[in-house]
Amino acid sequence: MANTAPRTLYAKIWDDHVVETRGDGTAIVYIDRHLVHEVTSPQAFEGLRSAGRSVRRPELTLAVPDHNLPTTARTDANGARIPIADPQSAAQLAALERNAPEFGIRYIDATAAEQGIVHVVGPEQGFSLPGTTIVCGDSHTACHGGLGALAFGIGTSEVEHVLATQTLLLQRSKAMEVRVTDALGPGVTAKDLILHIIGEIGAAGGTGYVIEYRGQVFEEMSVEERLTVCNMSIEAGARAGLIAPDETVFRYLKNRPMAPKGTDWDAAVRYWKTLHSDDGAVFDKSVEIDASTIAPTVTWGTSPEDVVPISGAVPAPEDFADPSKQAAAAKSLDYMGLTPGTAMTDVAIENVFIGSCTNSRIEDLRSAAKVLKGRVKADNVRWAIVVPGSGLVKMQAEEEGLDQIFTAAGFEWREPGCSACLGMNPDKVPAGERCASTSNRNFVGRQGPGARTHLVSPAMAAAAAVTGRLADVRTLDQ
Amino acid sequence: MDAISRVSGRAIAFGAKNVDTDIIIPAKWLKTITREGLGEGAFETIRADPDNIFDAPENAGAPILIAGDNFGCGSSREHAAWAMLDLGIKAVLAPSYSDIFSGNAVKNGILPIVLPQSAIDRLMEVAKAGEPIDIDLDTQTVTTPFQDRFTFDIDPFRKHCLLGGLDEVALTLDSQEIIGQFESRRASAQGWLTAGTHV
Repeated sequence: MANTAPRTLYAKIWDDHVVETRGDGTAIVYIDRHLVHEVTSPQAFEGLRSAGRSVRRPELTLAVPDHNLPTTARTDANGARIPIADPQSAAQLAALERNAPEFGIRYIDATAAEQGIVHVVGPEQGFSLPGTTIVCGDSHTACHGGLGALAFGIGTSEVEHVLATQTLLLQRSKAMEVRVTDALGPGVTAKDLILHIIGEIGAAGGTGYVIEYRGQVFEEMSVEERLTVCNMSIEAGARAGLIAPDETVFRYLKNRPMAPKGTDWDAAVRYWKTLHSDDGAVFDKSVEIDASTIAPTVTWGTSPEDVVPISGAVPAPEDFADPSKQAAAAKSLDYMGLTPGTAMTDVAIENVFIGSCTNSRIEDLRSAAKVLKGRVKADNVRWAIVVPGSGLVKMQAEEEGLDQIFTAAGFEWREPGCSACLGMNPDKVPAGERCASTSNRNFVGRQGPGARTHLVSPAMAAAAAVTGRLADVRTLDQ
Repeated sequence: MDAISRVSGRAIAFGAKNVDTDIIIPAKWLKTITREGLGEGAFETIRADPDNIFDAPENAGAPILIAGDNFGCGSSREHAAWAMLDLGIKAVLAPSYSDIFSGNAVKNGILPIVLPQSAIDRLMEVAKAGEPIDIDLDTQTVTTPFQDRFTFDIDPFRKHCLLGGLDEVALTLDSQEIIGQFESRRASAQGWLTAGTHV
């Protein structure tokens, strides 16, 4: 079948994975890579077991625990494993440890150096590759789009479907182009850019779409920065985000443990070089953003669309035209304990969390450490933790001495996992307290019941730690 | 999954926009290895208020929930659908849903009905008046005792699965042969795809 019409990057990946299109428009789509963690998989494995089904292609699934592991030491002085105190978390971990070998799936143990957040581990191991379809029972699977993969979160029934059939039944999404012109200013990061984009599109603006991020700003980004951008596509409602793969991605992946090698590598790169939207490809929707106008960005409310430049102030409900947004804003302000008109830089914080699948890679830690070097956290900052995205990120950071900078600044240096991003493990923000967090969601109760989250970049989290308030990192001497 | 063709009864006039799945079921409830018993944690933060709409006596056993735009956004947790089902909710009426939530709902026999905001506003009034709402999947209509009649679109495959209570895995397993052919074709043309997975 010749495809001569110009196609989007999304269309190219989609077309290459359609096994069969049904009369009703639903397609059986092949899934190349499947990541599994302890929280959204137990019921899927149980479903297989009770139906007497096996896993079709066990080698295409990789299991790693991340969501509810404590981030305190996992082995004692003798190297023996320290059990998880919470019986429910322990039971979930035990279920994954049992299910993976039973179904022939590769498993990375909680104590292995390679363990980490699934969305950090996939790229790091070369399991996630450009042009592949990648799924996981986690909405931030969108992350892997930074490598040029069509990656999206799925529910547990779909996890079971992928395990049994290596496919999903899907309707094709629409394609949205987010074209960013000009360049980001000094001190403005990939995180600020994606927060700004979500503010522009809205939390539901991407529903039904796959977003492709286009423009020189993305071409100049490292892989880590691209993963941060694509990671939060879901916060704009888009199930997936994509950035066309290029030499930066190929360099990043070459020689990773599970990446193809030798002639396989050469063949892969030849294919990957075809993965870009053709000139003249038509998007269902286009949004243009001028990067030069973006300041370091923070959230004030309880939806990731509630963004404001750090130089701005807490908005008032009547600042919004839509009556339902006015009502939502009033509720958010009440939950967040904020008064309209307050300068964002006057908002005091008691907690700082640096971590999550959005911002826990080596570059994120370097960026925060650069601000923290020679400084200490403010007295009103009660709790500050750094949770590296994987054991390998942690080791790299320690080699570079970053852990020393963090601990000297008053941060706790933890073991890898999802941690305070969603507070399934013991790392929670207390009710009524505020947290400058490099994570991806400021939902009500997300970091713990009653916790108040302000989403920021790693550099901005560090600036908040040393000033004790939300702060413009550009005003700190570096 | 049970077959579902019609949902009738009281509707909870919730109406909120951007209701995320952390609100539907907070993370602490995800530490389960079964699908059952999550109704207790459903909408927990909202239900902490004794005057909440979910536990209002008149809404006891209500099978329908009315919500605003972007219902079920955020986390992919299917626990949100399981919790709602355990609470007795069999259909949601809203202007839009997150893609992941609507898929999860259908796979558990919950109808995620899309209607324009004007229809939702009207149905909120009906629900607040304590009158029942009737959803007929077969004819794709929502009706009220006041002669309101709204039609909705639904993906034919989803409708087929809901009406038949079908197991999607079993349906796809019927296509095993064609999946195998696809795999063989790609294995010879694009061997790099699995080159690194054989450890």
